[in-house]
Amino acid sequence: MSQPIIEVQNLSKRYRLGAIGATSLREECARYWDRLRGKPHPDPQEYWALRDISFEVGSGEVVGVIGRNGAGKSTLLKILSRITEPTSGHARLRGRVASLLEVGTGFHPELTGRENVYLNGAILGMNRAEVRRKFDEIVAFAEIEKFIDTPVKRYSSGMYVRLAFAVAAHLEPEILIVDEVLAVGDAAFQKKCLGKLRDLTKAAERTVLFVSHDMAAISALTDRCVLLHEGTTAHIGATASAITRYFELRAPAASEYVAAPNLRPQAPYIQSVRLRTSEAGGVQAGGRPLEVRLEIVHPEPINGACLSIQIVNQFQHPATHLWIYDSDVPFARQPGRTVLTCRIPATRLNVGHHTLRVFLSEPAGGRMFETLDSVCPFEMVRLGATTLWGWRPEACVYHEDCTWLVTPN
Amino acid sequence: MKTESSALPTEIVIQATHGWRFLDLRELWAYRDLLRLLVQRDFVARYKQTVLGPLWHLFQPLVTTVVFTVVFSHVAALPTDGLPPTLFYLCGLLAWNYFSQTFNSTSTTLVANAGLFGKVYFPRLIVPLAGVVSNGISFLIQLTSFFAVLIIYLASHPGVDVGPRWEAIVLLPLVLVQLAAFSLGVGLWLAALTTKFRDFTVLAGFLIQLWMYLTPIILPLAKVPPQWHIYVALNPVTMPVECFRYLLLGTGWINPTLLVVSITSTVLALVTGILIFRRVEKTFVDVV
Repeated sequence: MSQPIIEVQNLSKRYRLGAIGATSLREECARYWDRLRGKPHPDPQEYWALRDISFEVGSGEVVGVIGRNGAGKSTLLKILSRITEPTSGHARLRGRVASLLEVGTGFHPELTGRENVYLNGAILGMNRAEVRRKFDEIVAFAEIEKFIDTPVKRYSSGMYVRLAFAVAAHLEPEILIVDEVLAVGDAAFQKKCLGKLRDLTKAAERTVLFVSHDMAAISALTDRCVLLHEGTTAHIGATASAITRYFELRAPAASEYVAAPNLRPQAPYIQSVRLRTSEAGGVQAGGRPLEVRLEIVHPEPINGACLSIQIVNQFQHPATHLWIYDSDVPFARQPGRTVLTCRIPATRLNVGHHTLRVFLSEPAGGRMFETLDSVCPFEMVRLGATTLWGWRPEACVYHEDCTWLVTPN
Repeated sequence: MKTESSALPTEIVIQATHGWRFLDLRELWAYRDLLRLLVQRDFVARYKQTVLGPLWHLFQPLVTTVVFTVVFSHVAALPTDGLPPTLFYLCGLLAWNYFSQTFNSTSTTLVANAGLFGKVYFPRLIVPLAGVVSNGISFLIQLTSFFAVLIIYLASHPGVDVGPRWEAIVLLPLVLVQLAAFSLGVGLWLAALTTKFRDFTVLAGFLIQLWMYLTPIILPLAKVPPQWHIYVALNPVTMPVECFRYLLLGTGWINPTLLVVSITSTVLALVTGILIFRRVEKTFVDVV
C-alpha cells in the first residue's frame, strides 16, 4: 500500500490557559455577547500545545514519538486517539485504531478478573466474540489463571497491571498507539511486554506509534522517530539521528567544573575539568568515546605529580579509576599550566547518572593538593542495544565483553 | 483478521468539527457489547458485598411509600384521587424514580467518567444509554413489587375496584420510553453544562427535588390548587405519571392537549440534549 496509513497535516491544538476551570458563567456570557457583536473578546493567554505538526507513517512502520515533558506528545496522542479534537489541521487514520494511553482503563475494583477482561476489552473496542476467542490466551499471558474469578481489588498491583496489559496486548488493530505503558509492572513482566510489543510490531501490516522517554526502548523498537519540541516537530527521521537531536534539545547539564577565582596562588590546583560526552547535553552513549579534559595550574613545580579520576555511579560506588603519574608520563615539572586529556575509546559503564571525583597530589605520603567530588555529572545511556529486562542502573556497574559457548550435553 | 467491528469505517478523519452533529447510529451499534457490559457492571458492582443485593431496589420505593402514606395521607389528610393511598403513592413513585434516577445518572456522565473518557475513545453516549437501560431493569424489579403490593391489597380488601387495564401491556412501555427519552434529554443538557460550570451539579440535585413537587406524586393533578395547576399541567413529567396511574390503577387525569405538549417537549429535549452533548463531548476533556 503506497498510501500512508497515518497522515497528519498541520495539526494544531490551542488551550486557553486562563480559561481552564477558571471561567465563571458571567465571564462566559460576556465572551459570548462580544462574539455575537463581532467584537474580539480579550482572550486570556493562549497556549499552543501543538503547532502545525505534519508527518506520515507508512503501513507496517514503527514510529517513535519523543520529546521532553511539555513538548506536546500527550496532546498529539489524545488527538490521534480521538479523545479531544484539534483546533485546526487534520489527521487521517486508515485502519482500525487501538490506543493504549493507560493500562487498565475502566477496570472496576469490584468486578472479577474475568468480568474486567470483557469490560476492558469492550472499552478498548473489541466485541464479545473477539474477547471470548482470546480469553484463554489473555489469562495465560497475565499468569493469573488461579485468580481469574477473584475481584480485582484483591489483586496485588503486579497482578492488576499484568491482567490489564494482557487485555491490551491482545487487541488486533491495524494501528496501535502506545503511550509509556511499559513503565509499570515488575522487571520480568516488563520483559514479557517488550517481547510482546516487538512481536506485535513485527506482525505484518501492523503500524505502531510508540511514545516513550526510554531511549533504549525507542531505539530497540522503532525505525523512525518524530521529535517534538515546544509543540512543533523539531526533527523527523531515522531513530538514531532523532535521538541525537533529542539529547541536544535537553537543557544542557553543567558538565564542566571551573575553579573559583584563585584562593591559593602558590599551591597547585585544578583549574577546570571538562567532559566531552558522545551526545549533547551531558549524555554519554555506551560503546562510544568519552573525553575528560583537565587543566591544572602549578605555580611551582610538582615533585612526582599524581592525578587521578574516579567515575562514580549514582549509588556512590566508584565504577572505575583512571590515573596518570609523573613517574610514567612526566608532567608539571615546570611552573605553569598543564592540560591533560584522558580519552576512553569505548565506554563500558552501565546506564545511569555518573559524576567524577578528581584527585591531584604528590605520591603516597606526600601532599594532597586538591580533591573534587561530584563534578561533571553525566548520564550513561545505551543506544541500539537491547536487553529483555530493560536497562537498569542497579543491574551492574559496567559491561564486560564476553563470548558464550553453548555445548549440548 | 476480519472481525465484526470492521463494520466501522476504516478511514478515520480527525479534524475540528464545526457546527452541530446528531447521532451516529452505526457507531453506537458497533459498541452494543460495551453497553451491555456497562449495565452488567452497574448491577454487579452495586450489590457486591451486600446481603440483600437487588432487593434494595424494592426497599427504597416501599419505604418512601410508607412514609408518604403516614405523613401525607394519615397526618395531612391529602386526597389521593379516590385510590388507596399506598397504591397511589407507590405507582407515582414507580414512574418518578425511573425519571429521577435516569436524570441523575445521565447528568453526571461526563464529569464522573472524565478519567475514562480522557484515556480512551468510544461513543460517549454509550454511558448515559447504559444508565437508561440499567435504570429500566431496576424499574422492572420495582414493577413486580408494585404488583405484589397490589395483589396483597386486593386480597385484603375485597370489593375494591382498582387494577391494571389491559391496554397497559402496549401503552405502559410507550409511556416508559417517553420518560426515558425526556430524562435522557434533560440529563444530557445538564451533563453538557456541568463540564464547564460545576454550579450545575449543585443545581441538578436541587432541581430534581423541587421538580417532584411540580409533579403529581403526592397530590393528584385534579386536586392541585388552581393557581398552581397550569405549572403542574405543563410539566412534561406530569402526563406520564398520570398515564401510569391510569394504566396500572384505572384512575388518572389524562388530557389530550397536555399529552401533545408533553410529547413535544420530550422530543425537543431529547434532540437538543443530544446536539448539545455531542457538541461538548468533542473537547470537554480539555476543560473538565
